[in-house]
Amino acid sequence: MVQNIIDVSNLSKSFDIASKEPGLKGTIKHFFRRQTKSLKVIKDISFEIKEGEIVGFLGANGAGKTTILKMLCGLIYPSEGSIMVSGDLPFRRKENFLKNITLIMGQKQQLIWDLPPIESFYLNASIYDIDKFEAKRRIKKLSEMLEIDEELFIPVRKLSLGQRMKSELLAALIHEPNILFLDEPTLGLDINAQRNLRKFLQKYNENTNATICLTSHYMKDITSLCKRVICVHEGSISYDGKLDLLLKKLSPVKEILIVCRSEEDAIKLENSGFTVKNKIKNEITIKIENNFITSSLKTILNNFDIEDLFINEPPIDEIIGRVLIKKDYEI
Amino acid sequence: MNLRKYLKVYKKFIHTSLASELEYKTNILIDLITAILSLIGSIFLLSIFFQNNGYIGGWKFEQALIIQGIYTILNGITNTWFNPNLTEIVKHIREGTLDFVLLKPIDSQFFISLKKINPSGFLEIILGFFLLFFCIRINQINLNLGFLTLSLITISCSICILYSLWFFISTTTIWFVKTWNATEVLRSFLYIGRFPLNSFSFSLRIFFSVFIPIAFITTIPSEVFLGLSQFWKIYLEVIVATLFLITSRKFWLFALKFYSSASS
Repeated sequence: MVQNIIDVSNLSKSFDIASKEPGLKGTIKHFFRRQTKSLKVIKDISFEIKEGEIVGFLGANGAGKTTILKMLCGLIYPSEGSIMVSGDLPFRRKENFLKNITLIMGQKQQLIWDLPPIESFYLNASIYDIDKFEAKRRIKKLSEMLEIDEELFIPVRKLSLGQRMKSELLAALIHEPNILFLDEPTLGLDINAQRNLRKFLQKYNENTNATICLTSHYMKDITSLCKRVICVHEGSISYDGKLDLLLKKLSPVKEILIVCRSEEDAIKLENSGFTVKNKIKNEITIKIENNFITSSLKTILNNFDIEDLFINEPPIDEIIGRVLIKKDYEI
Repeated sequence: MNLRKYLKVYKKFIHTSLASELEYKTNILIDLITAILSLIGSIFLLSIFFQNNGYIGGWKFEQALIIQGIYTILNGITNTWFNPNLTEIVKHIREGTLDFVLLKPIDSQFFISLKKINPSGFLEIILGFFLLFFCIRINQINLNLGFLTLSLITISCSICILYSLWFFISTTTIWFVKTWNATEVLRSFLYIGRFPLNSFSFSLRIFFSVFIPIAFITTIPSEVFLGLSQFWKIYLEVIVATLFLITSRKFWLFALKFYSSASS
């Protein structure tokens, strides 16, 4: 049986946030008498993650995804509740725990700006107590997986964003961690760079059975990597489960565009009991529930003279967008 | 603590810092020229103070040069290690890159205090030592093991006090986010360390001994050089330096509990 590597129960986090009124008067008032209020950004959440799982954290900006990741890797102390990651309390930041995890942030970098990435890799290797030969072997292996070669010897400031992100990944993975926390790793990357990064993460997970916790606003990252998603809404979990179940629940019907040979066939089809969305000459769009797609299509193909047909999936961004603004999704 | 690992990491810090700095040759050259001009300017300023009066606070010009020498060494250390690293703490906290430091299996204070080195500060340290050796000759100071040990102890204590003060102020960034000015004020107070403590009024002497211990940083090591320092002062400096180091360490560990990281 696969063991839980992350156990979170009744976790909450509050921050003291300063608020300021607009204008000069507000600024002066804010300077002399700062008003702060305690804001509960994470509210009593519980979940478990099994070893080797890739879990996507979904949520609107400010929902609390990054705060959850930072508590999981031990950067922020929780206000209430408990967290166990790989059998340790993360905020104690013990050496063995830190050697087991890594955090990659799409919008922040750890590479030394003026030097080629290879220098940062060897510096990280010495911090993780990895000898020179082993470090060389790991750099070679990871650079092959990431498909970077000459870039390792070019100063970071001269690299493109995509090349820099690959180098960031290599720097963050040189100690071969078992748990990866990725906060918007594909932010700002072009389509090809995003695809390569996803391919790499998939391969890394398959090769090492590493657990990956990922936040991203690019739905493609989530759909191609994560079987399970945790949706966060205003600090609470609104959904925790399989991604395909969520999609089925949120999008129970598919739209099918049928091109009939003649307009008469289209009229016949219109009157045959299907839910029709619209009809233009010999083209008709009908809605069919996911569970009845196969049987319905069989009926249509057997009884009508069909020239062509297209199944339209609703855009996933649109479906997930609905999750981000709703509080509860019960499947 | 694995000393071998820390030495290995520190070797890497030196290597990467030098490599980074050497990327900008002109900048290094300008820094080196600035260091030489700054020392010449300071000695000139000191000589103006002594022009009309042979003594200030009971110190002759030749003796006051020792303070200048120690100040130059400390300033060199500040520019080599403290300035490039401790000012970065503010940046780390403001931008949230302290996250990367805290998630490394290495002591975070060691990492942020020693990661960078500015090689141009080395010249100041060398110039300071040259000035000290010159002062040893003109003041006819007798060099012996006891003298060297005491000098080394007091200068090390001065470095510890200066580091702790600076680190303490930088740590407060965790709450106040922006504390550039406080470290600048500390630097400007350090300029005062170029003059003998006795040249100030009684109230200022108390202020610079108790609140901002500039007196401990330059005057006591200089007194040791001239054989004027009483042992209790040296003991006191060792105690103050130890207390400052321990307090800054404890304060850092305490402050980290309040670190909330920058938002993404």
